[in-house]
Amino acid sequence: MSAAVSARPAGASTMNRIVIYGLLAIFAVIYLIPLFVMLVTSFKTMDEIQNGNMLALPQSPTVAPWVRAWGETCVGLTCAGIKGYFWNSIKMVVPAVAISTLLGALNGYVLTKWRFKGHKLVFGLMLFACFIPFQSVLLPMATILGQFGQFGKFLYNSTGLTFGFGNPTVNLVFVHVVYGLGFTTLFFRNYYEAFPTELVKAAMVDGASFFQIFRRVLLPNSLPIIVVTVIYQFTNIWNDFLFASAYAGSGDVMPMTVALNNVVNTSTGVVEYNVNMAAAMIAALPTLLVYILAGRYFVRGLMAGAVKG
Amino acid sequence: MALTTATSTKTSSTGESVSTKSPRAWLQQALPKIVLAPSFAITVIFVYGFIIWTIYLSFTNSKAFPNYVLTGSRAYQRLWRWTFESDPPSSWYTSITNMGIFGVLYVVICLALGLFLAILLDQKIRGEGILRPIYLYPMALSFIVTGVAWKWFLDPGLGLEQTLHQWGWTSFHFDWIKNKDFVIYTVVIAGVWQASGFVMAMFLAGLRGIDSEIMKAAQIDGASTLQLYRRIIIPLLRPVFLSAFIVLAHMAIKSYDLVVALTSGGPGGSAWLPSNFMYEYTFKRNEMAVGSASAVIMLMTISAIIVPYLYSELREKNK
Repeated sequence: MSAAVSARPAGASTMNRIVIYGLLAIFAVIYLIPLFVMLVTSFKTMDEIQNGNMLALPQSPTVAPWVRAWGETCVGLTCAGIKGYFWNSIKMVVPAVAISTLLGALNGYVLTKWRFKGHKLVFGLMLFACFIPFQSVLLPMATILGQFGQFGKFLYNSTGLTFGFGNPTVNLVFVHVVYGLGFTTLFFRNYYEAFPTELVKAAMVDGASFFQIFRRVLLPNSLPIIVVTVIYQFTNIWNDFLFASAYAGSGDVMPMTVALNNVVNTSTGVVEYNVNMAAAMIAALPTLLVYILAGRYFVRGLMAGAVKG
Repeated sequence: MALTTATSTKTSSTGESVSTKSPRAWLQQALPKIVLAPSFAITVIFVYGFIIWTIYLSFTNSKAFPNYVLTGSRAYQRLWRWTFESDPPSSWYTSITNMGIFGVLYVVICLALGLFLAILLDQKIRGEGILRPIYLYPMALSFIVTGVAWKWFLDPGLGLEQTLHQWGWTSFHFDWIKNKDFVIYTVVIAGVWQASGFVMAMFLAGLRGIDSEIMKAAQIDGASTLQLYRRIIIPLLRPVFLSAFIVLAHMAIKSYDLVVALTSGGPGGSAWLPSNFMYEYTFKRNEMAVGSASAVIMLMTISAIIVPYLYSELREKNK
């Protein structure tokens, strides 16, 4: 609690309070309007959209746009809804988050409890990687992923299996792990920095090995930072558009964000705004849900990337 | 049979433990580095190696496919020429001008609005627990969803303009999203909507961290609320300003998705940022060398902001 308020004279003008609450309410409305419009529109019929008011509640609410968005709307040339792309995103997000979090935890452990000469430089180099514009690695990565595809074909011809080489989902998992490592390492390093080194030393004296200490001493105490990291990575990877459009930008391998952009920007036929809005809501739901359920950790994750130490 | 196996295993295992004692100790010593090595190697190759690769490509004349014959700084010379080609504006001129407009407005408005909301929320507000998440939730959305929502909201035929017409304000006119001179400002609006709540959260955390004794002392000295904020609290928030600036500045330079989803590039590419320029030139216009050169310029711009910041952050921890 800030003292700016606690020392306020008892008879502070009610006018002040009204202005403050008024301003806060106005801003709350402004922040909510786009979501409100999106939600309301997704339950309206096209008729009502064209003749009615954007802010009005649906007169005859219908879930038809949601059904259409999920299973019927056209993405490019295929008209099977966005459900397939939704699962593409899930299949990409889950392994990418799991792998990058695990690696980040191990890296953070080494960088704080098993320091070696030059640990700061290693961390600095990994940290800088968080900030680079991905445009500066986009093209070489495209070339390398192309090579992976070639290698996959070769494997397929010789063994009948590609082992995931050339699979767009695997490619995206790889890309997100590579460019998410900086963040996950940062999170765990800062967290383990504050973890008492005496406990680690004591375990070492007792003869515990490197991995035993990690598993028995650090990991059981890491739940808060694991939650933060998982949420942060989940949101970032689910919402990614640049990598998705560059490496899985067409066909039925697209992740959700690319598919949504295609649905909305399709120029053929009548634009079904209600279906577009329903599709946007479906794309937003997973991250919104995470935010609603674990907002505290979500905020902490965002801030950990900014306020270090 | 069973007995002999058991004995043999036993001997071998004891023998092993004796003979491998030093390699095992060595392994325990090297294990941390072995664990870290893959991540470090990945970073070195896929971040720094790729950056060098991109720099190399920018000095070739790669078109649709990479070409590895160095041809000098032609790509940079073209970008340099385009930088001053304002009438009619070249795509690059539009992109960097937009970057300037978007970058400055986005950062300044987010900082101002974030600080303003944080100060309001810090006045012992009832219902803070409801208001805070409302300001912050846009940060959970993808830029694509934000773009779709605002595209609809700002559309002259469907959104705000039409709504106000229905309410009787028929002279209201707002078509920035279709206007090549103003479309970049709609990107600012949507961008600020998305990120300002996050800046608010940062400032709020900063405000809550200020020692209440300092403020009590100032109030005993007779400082008014305004003075208190201007002279004492806001100067104390300097580290938060810096962190928020770093986050916003690098998000501004990286912005790509929002322009695509909100404006599809705007009329005639008038909403492009350098990131869109890079993508279009590299993947759509078969000018890979120029695209790479623009990516290098983006990287250098971000580095100029980030490197000094990271350097001071990491050095401070030394003390």
